Amino acid sequence: MPHSSQPPADVGRYAYDTVDRTFLKQRVEQFRDQVQRRISGALSEDEFKPLRLMNGLYLQLHAYMLRVAIPYGIVSAAQMRTLALIARRYDRDYGHFTTRQNIQFNWIRLEDTPDILNILADAEMHAIQTSGNCIRNVTSDQFAGAARDEVLDPRVHAEILRQWSTLHPEFTFLPRKFKIAISGSAQDRVAARFHDIGLLARKGDNGRAVFEVYVGGGLGRTPIIGVKLRDDLPEEDLIAYLEAVLRVYNAYGRRDNIYKARIKILVQALGLGAFRDQVNAEFMAMDRSRYRLQPQVVAAIRARFATPVFAADAAASSAQLATQTKADPAFAAWVGTNTHPHQQDGYCSVTISCKPSGGIPGDVTSAQMDLLADLAEQYSFGELRITHLQNVVFGHVRKDQLFALWQVLTAHGLGTANVGMITDIIACPGLDYCALANARSIPIAQKLSQRFSNAALQHEIGALRLNISGCINACGHHHAGHIGILGVDKRGEEAFQITLGGNSGEDASIGQIIGSAMSEDETVDAIARIVDTYLVQRKPGERFIETCRRLGAAPFKDAAYATA
Amino acid sequence: MPLLENGQIVQDGWTLVQDDQPLPDGDILLPLSRLSEGLGCNGNGRLGVVLKPDEQVDALKEALPRLALVSLHFPIFRDGRAFTQARSLREHLHFTGDVRVTGHFLPDQYEFLLRCGVSQLVLPDQSDLAVWHKAHERITIAYQPSVLTERAEGFAFRRFLSP
Repeated sequence: MPHSSQPPADVGRYAYDTVDRTFLKQRVEQFRDQVQRRISGALSEDEFKPLRLMNGLYLQLHAYMLRVAIPYGIVSAAQMRTLALIARRYDRDYGHFTTRQNIQFNWIRLEDTPDILNILADAEMHAIQTSGNCIRNVTSDQFAGAARDEVLDPRVHAEILRQWSTLHPEFTFLPRKFKIAISGSAQDRVAARFHDIGLLARKGDNGRAVFEVYVGGGLGRTPIIGVKLRDDLPEEDLIAYLEAVLRVYNAYGRRDNIYKARIKILVQALGLGAFRDQVNAEFMAMDRSRYRLQPQVVAAIRARFATPVFAADAAASSAQLATQTKADPAFAAWVGTNTHPHQQDGYCSVTISCKPSGGIPGDVTSAQMDLLADLAEQYSFGELRITHLQNVVFGHVRKDQLFALWQVLTAHGLGTANVGMITDIIACPGLDYCALANARSIPIAQKLSQRFSNAALQHEIGALRLNISGCINACGHHHAGHIGILGVDKRGEEAFQITLGGNSGEDASIGQIIGSAMSEDETVDAIARIVDTYLVQRKPGERFIETCRRLGAAPFKDAAYATA
Repeated sequence: MPLLENGQIVQDGWTLVQDDQPLPDGDILLPLSRLSEGLGCNGNGRLGVVLKPDEQVDALKEALPRLALVSLHFPIFRDGRAFTQARSLREHLHFTGDVRVTGHFLPDQYEFLLRCGVSQLVLPDQSDLAVWHKAHERITIAYQPSVLTERAEGFAFRRFLSP
């Protein structure tokens, strides 16, 4: 089985060769066999569960849910059409983008799963390790390889980590799940400090990558901000060092209580100094030559990523955009909120909001997926990105083509100008789907989205991150929201607590609960009063989170619980 | 219970010694707490040690040259500490004797066990060997280094697994 040396076809993602494709097909057949052994009774449900989870298959409230990996958030147009096909043929015509850049299908039949995985494999996709107590899909910056503030494109290293972690013989039965995020920008758009390991890449003196390593961050029941473990990890030691961290975790992480099994608890229990000593001892004892990431390895992976060829006349492109924004204020507003500066003059990155007014955050129909695929081919080199904020990004769009793109998007309900604003809500699937949830996340998200749908009002409010989780497991990252909502069970009724002051960037902070839980409608009203308080109290130019930090929770709490 | 080694069921010649038993003749497998006793007794057989999941591989550092077997345990297949113990024995301590696993593990973990340096598996009675063979042959490619000497494939850390 020779590996092929065909040139990579897709921009922004690693192109598989025959070896990679063979591996995926073998994995599909392995799972087909596991499903058969389950059906025959050779595997108990208890034994089958971790095997299906490591192929992304959950048993939810009403049906199986399949979580498909979108490594570092990148899909090609062809892959997006495959996702649309799966939604149409095997689900109820839609999919749900998650906060870890994956896509979930909510109405899957167990017996269809091997066939679905086979279709995915044909498109060089899989659901490997999107669940289970293993190293999960590696997430990255949605503007990777495009952002003007980027110092290093993190996707090559993300792919190296994807390959290394795939069916890792030692780290597939860890105490608990393990999430890695990697960014190559000064601005942390990956919530590096809320991951088991967060990697911030920069260029070293020799031109090779150097990593700042954060460890032990996470949300869930015990939200903790990750701490810096290494400041200057050289590229060649990246794999060896991660092996050392994972090995310490696998050996010493708690296994007696799943709520205390994440690496964050181990780091807290040992203390950073002792944890670092353990990792260093492991690192020094290892045969590091075995794990050394040689420059030629990095180069070989990089060579399988196609890069866009930029052809726009920067000056003309920018000039045309300026004329068009002047002529159309709605378009100008969208450009203002939904575009991001690109490394290449004449281009920008576009965030396509999957949060229409009153919509379900992150849900996209198969028709919309097909449309996005077509548009990506037309406007962004056939490449799409799924963001951890549950939106879609076109990485490289010519400025003089933004207007045309916006018109098509708007015609199909994908032109909402709300990125980074109060209606750009993150929400978990909640009690509508999830067996763990205490409350439904979706209806309250829809009510809040409607409440603040007025474009002028949203613009007035400005940057505000609103995150909703249906239970304490915090899949909707409520602690990391400037405003967070946590669904709880209050004497058998769904109720919601509000947190304030969370943030996921370089100045990460954990939102604090401001008081007792309220009903869905009371919560929506309380949030409206909190926002009003901000509008009254803010200093010129002050964002919500800044006002919140300056004033503390007291005035917002008073407003939230004030009854008319 | 059948002992799987190199894809075959082989005779298990080792005697597992309990905490309070006198040391018998032949190849004996001792709990860690009785290691020094075993090292001192100059019996006529080989010596092996049972390491519990929470016991440190480093505790065997001094004794390892005199051990022919280290036996690791899976209390349940989800508890993956034995993978790390096995790999540490091979990679850090360069142990060349047998590494055995007992307890609850699945055919689906067979390849992982081998790649971490396990050489003997104690299977449940009535195990279907064909299932284990199939598990071993199913996947022929790996994406990371292991303690085995595997043939590199193409680029990155890819390896061919030889069934």
